[in-house]
Amino acid sequence: MIWNEEAECMSAEEIKELQLQRLQTVVKRAYENVPYYKKRFNELNIKPENIETLEDIEKLPFTTKTDLRAAYPFGMFAVPIDEIVEVHTTSGTTGKPTVSGYTRGDLDLWGEVIARALTMLGAHKKDKIQNSYGYGLFTGGLGIHYGAQKIGATMIPISAGNTRRQLEIMQDFGTDIISCTPSYGLYIAEVAANEGIDTEKLKLRGGCFGAEMWTEEMRGELEKRLHISAQNIYGLTEIIGPGVAMECEAKNGLHIFEDHFYPEIIDPKTLKTLPEGETGELVLTTLTREGMPVIRFRTKDITALRRGKCSCGRTQVKMDRITGRSDDMLKVRGVIVFPSQIEKALLKIEGVEPHYQIIVTRPKQLDELEVKVEASPALFSDEVRHVEDVKKNIADVIHSEIGLRVNVSLVEPKSLPRSEGKAVRVIDKRNI
Amino acid sequence: MEEKEMKLKQISIFLENKKGRLWKALNILSNAKINIRALSIADTSEFGILRMIVPKPAEAKKILEENDFVVKVNDVIAVGVSDKPGGLDSMLTALNKADINVEYIYAFVEKKCEKAIVVVRIEDIEGGIKALEEGGITMLSPEEVYSL
Ligand SMILES: [Zn+2]
Repeated sequence: MIWNEEAECMSAEEIKELQLQRLQTVVKRAYENVPYYKKRFNELNIKPENIETLEDIEKLPFTTKTDLRAAYPFGMFAVPIDEIVEVHTTSGTTGKPTVSGYTRGDLDLWGEVIARALTMLGAHKKDKIQNSYGYGLFTGGLGIHYGAQKIGATMIPISAGNTRRQLEIMQDFGTDIISCTPSYGLYIAEVAANEGIDTEKLKLRGGCFGAEMWTEEMRGELEKRLHISAQNIYGLTEIIGPGVAMECEAKNGLHIFEDHFYPEIIDPKTLKTLPEGETGELVLTTLTREGMPVIRFRTKDITALRRGKCSCGRTQVKMDRITGRSDDMLKVRGVIVFPSQIEKALLKIEGVEPHYQIIVTRPKQLDELEVKVEASPALFSDEVRHVEDVKKNIADVIHSEIGLRVNVSLVEPKSLPRSEGKAVRVIDKRNI
Repeated sequence: MEEKEMKLKQISIFLENKKGRLWKALNILSNAKINIRALSIADTSEFGILRMIVPKPAEAKKILEENDFVVKVNDVIAVGVSDKPGGLDSMLTALNKADINVEYIYAFVEKKCEKAIVVVRIEDIEGGIKALEEGGITMLSPEEVYSL
């Protein structure tokens, strides 16, 4: 079933027309009501009237997390505080949190997009939805809550934690759908196994998983262990919370609710917009938010956009599963490489310490990738030939992971920087 | 005849090709009053392997590891070769005849006994000892090497 067929199955022309009209409105509203945007637009000599086509969005400045933080707490609100009926914040793990303010209209919008998402998961009003996202300032809890209310399902607002109770309720109430982070989903499955609960006998049939990066392999595990369909929900507090995009039953990408959130993909280095299908950083503009419109927000999430009618019948653009953050992304000889991929490869090799450094150079025309790995007794030998073999083996394992040849060098133990939060894993010497 | 232990412990250290690392390794041993009986360096463009014969290999290994060096200990054989042309030849002939593959060798000349001491690293060390015994080549025990 499709929650809002009119919106979700629009033709390409219709959606573009709607987006342009909404973009013009939101840009005008941001310019007139948010001093930050007025200042930025003026600096770039842009007036809202300059937005005549969708492509004109590229003239507008980006908004970053730093910008939002600088406006803490309420500096980005476009309406007086008496119209704001709710606030949420990011966790603030990397500094001051950013605040999102919602008008009554924004909460309606939030309920609408989550209703679409839950419907993609096959939820309807007869279902009991167990919401195991945390309630509070975190957007996961209340966002899903509003969506479930919208479709008229029975909401079980259990919040996160107390896993035995989660399972008890799941059995006693006959929960149909669960929403939580994928890692918590796996944990619930593990506790169920320990408690001798046969998950196949549970009524549970769908899981709405998000709020963290997860893999296709994890989907396999969740589906196998919980006997459900595990689907990916995407969103971020700065834009609205969960409900920016959701995976349909085709499970090959997430439909972005692009009538409300306008997506672009940019090259995080050059900041140029990339053509459809190319992988880069997702940039989002809220087309209909009232309380806090955000123009061209740099999500730092890496994905690609894909158009075309989906087998589910929806036409809204799809984005690939998020595989990394632009802070960590490297482009070497045109290939996108994440340090995490190299780490994954290294951890497959016995005796390799999880300390490494990646150095990118461009000695001639071609990029070179060097991976420094600390020598350890397991890797070292008194014979040159053996050490060379070890290096070659490491290079081979990395090659099969990232598809690029790298030069592996062994360095002395404890000579690479240790991680205190975020270690400096990548040194890019290319000057690009 | 008394059964003598002919295997000798060699320690090897991983050296990054960085200024001062060789000095550092040797300095640590010298501060610990550990005498180096023999030494060789295998060098590649990216790293080096420092191989040494020292009287107290376990102690040397411990102190180097405490200073963040990667250390390996292997068995090698030491042979006394007369310090004149052809001295090395009979030893290699004996090994070759037994089809024993030599990984590497290095030598140092000891004034006191007018002999070259040759350190031989072979994968099949037992086979190597047997081949040298059969070829009438005199091997040196660890004690003999350390007391030179
Ligand atoms: Zn679809």
